[in-house]
Amino acid sequence: MFKHFITLQWKSFWRSASMTSGLFMKLFMGFWAVWLIIMMVSGGAGAFFYIKKELSLDPLQVVNRFLIYWMIADLIFRYALQKMPVINIKPLLLLPFKKKKIVSFAFGKTVLSFFNIVHAFFFIPFSILLVAEGNHPLGNVILWNIGLIAIIYSSNFLNILLNKKDNLIFLVGGIVAILIGLQYFGYFDITVYTAPFFQGLYDSWIIVLIPVVVLIILLALSFRSFVFDLYLDAGLASKSKDIKTENLDWLNRFGKTATFLKNDIKLIKRNKRARSTVLVSVLFLFYGLLFFTGSVEQYDGPVFRIFAAIFVTGGFLLSFGQFVPSWDSSYYPLMMSQNIKYKEYLSSKWWLMVIATLISTVLASGYLYYGWEVYLAIIVGAIYNIGVNSHVVLWAGAYVKTPIDLTSNKKAFGDRQAFNTKTLLLSLPKMVLPMILYAIGHYAYSPYAGYALVTIAGIAGFAFKDKVFDKIESIYRSEKYKTIVAYKQKN
Amino acid sequence: MIAVHNLTKTYTGNTVLNIDHLEIPKGNSFGLVGNNGAGKTTLFSALLDLIKPTSGHIENNGIKVNESEEWKSVTAAFIDETFLIGYLTAEEYFYFIGELRGQNKADVDALLSNFEDFFHGEILGQKKYLRDLSKGNQKKVGIIASFIGNPEVIILDEPFANLDPTTQIRLKKIIKELSANPEITVLVSSHDLMHVTEVCDRIVVLDKGEVVKDIATSEETLRELEAHFNK
Repeated sequence: MFKHFITLQWKSFWRSASMTSGLFMKLFMGFWAVWLIIMMVSGGAGAFFYIKKELSLDPLQVVNRFLIYWMIADLIFRYALQKMPVINIKPLLLLPFKKKKIVSFAFGKTVLSFFNIVHAFFFIPFSILLVAEGNHPLGNVILWNIGLIAIIYSSNFLNILLNKKDNLIFLVGGIVAILIGLQYFGYFDITVYTAPFFQGLYDSWIIVLIPVVVLIILLALSFRSFVFDLYLDAGLASKSKDIKTENLDWLNRFGKTATFLKNDIKLIKRNKRARSTVLVSVLFLFYGLLFFTGSVEQYDGPVFRIFAAIFVTGGFLLSFGQFVPSWDSSYYPLMMSQNIKYKEYLSSKWWLMVIATLISTVLASGYLYYGWEVYLAIIVGAIYNIGVNSHVVLWAGAYVKTPIDLTSNKKAFGDRQAFNTKTLLLSLPKMVLPMILYAIGHYAYSPYAGYALVTIAGIAGFAFKDKVFDKIESIYRSEKYKTIVAYKQKN
Repeated sequence: MIAVHNLTKTYTGNTVLNIDHLEIPKGNSFGLVGNNGAGKTTLFSALLDLIKPTSGHIENNGIKVNESEEWKSVTAAFIDETFLIGYLTAEEYFYFIGELRGQNKADVDALLSNFEDFFHGEILGQKKYLRDLSKGNQKKVGIIASFIGNPEVIILDEPFANLDPTTQIRLKKIIKELSANPEITVLVSSHDLMHVTEVCDRIVVLDKGEVVKDIATSEETLRELEAHFNK
């Protein structure tokens, strides 16, 4: 029976539209996956030696202290990035499969997910060193690993359950932020309470039973909820809420662009997939903390300030702009058969990105806490984002032909979460140029020269706005037929 | 109004459309019938410049559709659900199309008031997005939206499919009224021979991409078509 599912899965993977077109993308993703694995392996080994030699502490105890944050971060990353097991359920419902089979296959897929496997690359080298170099008994290290595996898989299934709930991420994220803050300022240290538990996994098999039992319960719960929801009017149904017609006529002051602007605002408000771009920009607001607090040593270089500033103010710009015009993919033929002025269409998206960048910049004023130079970097980053990246992102987006299913998040087995790894990775090239510009100014003269160079580049970018829009328009025209065909393909 | 010249469309060696010459004069109400894969939707898509012909071209109002976009302001179409914006309510969608076609809200409201019967109270004032409407109701929205902005050419692909009997009868009446206007050219495709003979004064039969019959509708037409498809 599973053989059928696997062949179905295999075909849907290889025959999907994005697969046949994106060889470059595949290579790029492959490269980053390998890079991440290498980082994890060297991280595992590096952590061991660093803690042992430099801090003269027991690596196991130190790691146990911070495992709680590791696990929480894992859960957040999963919620944001891990796709739910995608399987084309509806046509299978009537076939003589047991429903349990369908769900077990879908779950089996998640077990092999990258998000579960990746931990092994850190913990296996670390554990080997614990036994070989740290004189820890093999049996206990294995116990510890079993406990960790159970926790990681618990978080896998917890994520499956949580994914059905919207907005939970804000709650969890908020609690974590408070905990980290309390620990940072020395009021309350949650690790004091959690470290003994992780240490217990190493010491006693009875403690290991706890995560194992939790895992079994979560597995049973999510399994039951999925089997139970395998009805067209339950888990597979699209919920429809009562909604109101909105009047956004005040936007008419934007002239012709307003037609599209009104539509785009509705697009963002009413589709979870689009809404999460807003979430991304909020998350990226906090990204700067990693850099400006000096908590990550590698990020201390002055050049990374610009890198951080671009991300802090550009979260929305990068994640939304990437997919113009794919946001409109589900009704692209309509747009193409109307007499649309591409300029107006594009400038609507452009205005959205500019407004979001400005709002992010204002919200980022919290970074003034770390000194006005930090905030200066953020303002410079915002100027560069508006002047240069807003165009570059739209330009790159013109080549992206991935159809976006705005409603997919409503399906029980659809890909629920919106922004994917691809989006984030594509945005990296846009970082490099301002960093180089800043570095030139910084090392040749002074930090201010660096900021000036980036600012000048940003302002100069405005001059090319019309040029770039013309270029994008010509791409839209020349790629029109191909784009329509690509958008017809839905995975 | 519409002229097709030496149009062919080939997908990997497989010719799906091959029309030497086809002229649709202004004011015509034109019916397109044919089995699945006969090329009806392909022809309509080519007319709207949504697919690129392998050879030949189509003129709409004297304008080659793939060279200029001038024809778009006088042409409206509803082909399938990709012509609907799922996250809008019906009203918002009508106003959006209205704005694209230079009509203000009052114009759109005036037009919609003519179709209250047709909507049957299931479209306007519903607290639902288009994506949550049933297939039939979505179709109603798409068809009426194609009337916004006084188009001279209206293209409807399978308008009768998915509609309930009452709505089918009302739609036939609407199409007949439209085609009574000498300024409006209506193009309709259908699998339902009876409907199409009722509303169209000219019927073209496509078979494997080629025009095999081109009939001016008369009393005999339905029987002639049935005989053709009963081979």
